[in-house]
Amino acid sequence: MIRSEVLREIVPLISDHLVVCNIGLPSQELHHIDDQPSNFYMLGTMGLASSIGLGLALAQKEKVIAIDGDGSVLTNLGTLPTVANNVADNFILLIIDNGSYGSTGDQPTYAGKKTSLAAVARACGCETVVEVAAKDTAQALKTALEGDKMTVIVSKCISGNIKLPVIAMDPVVIRDRFMREVQRRNS
Amino acid sequence: MSIDEKIVADFVANRIEFVTTVPCKQLGGVIDQVERSPQIHHVPSNKEDEGMGLCAGAFMGGKRAAIIMQNTALGVTGNTLATLIQFYRIPLPMLISYRGELGEPIACQVEMAVHTKALLAQLHIPTYHFHRQEDVGEFDKILKYTYMCNKPVAILTDASFWGGY
Repeated sequence: MIRSEVLREIVPLISDHLVVCNIGLPSQELHHIDDQPSNFYMLGTMGLASSIGLGLALAQKEKVIAIDGDGSVLTNLGTLPTVANNVADNFILLIIDNGSYGSTGDQPTYAGKKTSLAAVARACGCETVVEVAAKDTAQALKTALEGDKMTVIVSKCISGNIKLPVIAMDPVVIRDRFMREVQRRNS
Repeated sequence: MSIDEKIVADFVANRIEFVTTVPCKQLGGVIDQVERSPQIHHVPSNKEDEGMGLCAGAFMGGKRAAIIMQNTALGVTGNTLATLIQFYRIPLPMLISYRGELGEPIACQVEMAVHTKALLAQLHIPTYHFHRQEDVGEFDKILKYTYMCNKPVAILTDASFWGGY
């Protein structure tokens, strides 16, 4: 399975939750498959999906799923100790690990070589970390959503992209629409 | 009221409930006050761009957020300021220790000090410079200004302001 296939499988589970989605193709794919006011699309700033997601989870009560990538987590590895030490049980960090920088032409990442992001997350102090094959991602996410425990899921899939246009929505519209949805769900 | 207490009191008076910090010797006192404040959720971050991500998330979650950091970090936050904080129009007070100014004992700090205001100007970030202790009197107005204009706003605080360290 490639990332867009993983996203298609988990959309029924995440559609009714707040989602912070990583820069580039992951956001374009999610936008294409299931655009929702509850989705925050990152149009830039590689690496910060987990940080934005954690800040959001700490600030309000609704569940938050940050969809990140292996390359993006590697560029902001300092996020994992912060996640581990600031426990938000309404936070799920889903790292779709295809071992490559998908948006830039599938150059290999170190996560596809010797580095295990699940092991790094555990070493950083994250208490609930699961690594699953792509086909088991939906089940792992379902368990995490039911568990009310901060969870890091590393979903190992293969690299590959589908061709999609960039997101044309203005960033302020994305942010405003998302904030109204956050407010509505918390009121 | 000490400068540290005044800064944190102004944060609280302006409903800033989420503060992330990356330490600097000059900022030790104010970081302690942030940590002690029952009204503020303090999340230390490992790097300032990460901290700005946390602030962006907290703001979208309904909490006003601020970052406390050193001026050297402007070197690593340019992209985040431009593509996250400014692009999505997220208000962000940045309380910054202005290392490398008069009284600085470490030569290397001067190397970023000489770029600090130029970088902020290039990024079109409203910038205030606290040099004398009474300058803290403007802090409350600067916070209100930040939430009026929905921009990142820098408050540079030098060694003279902090009374040496």
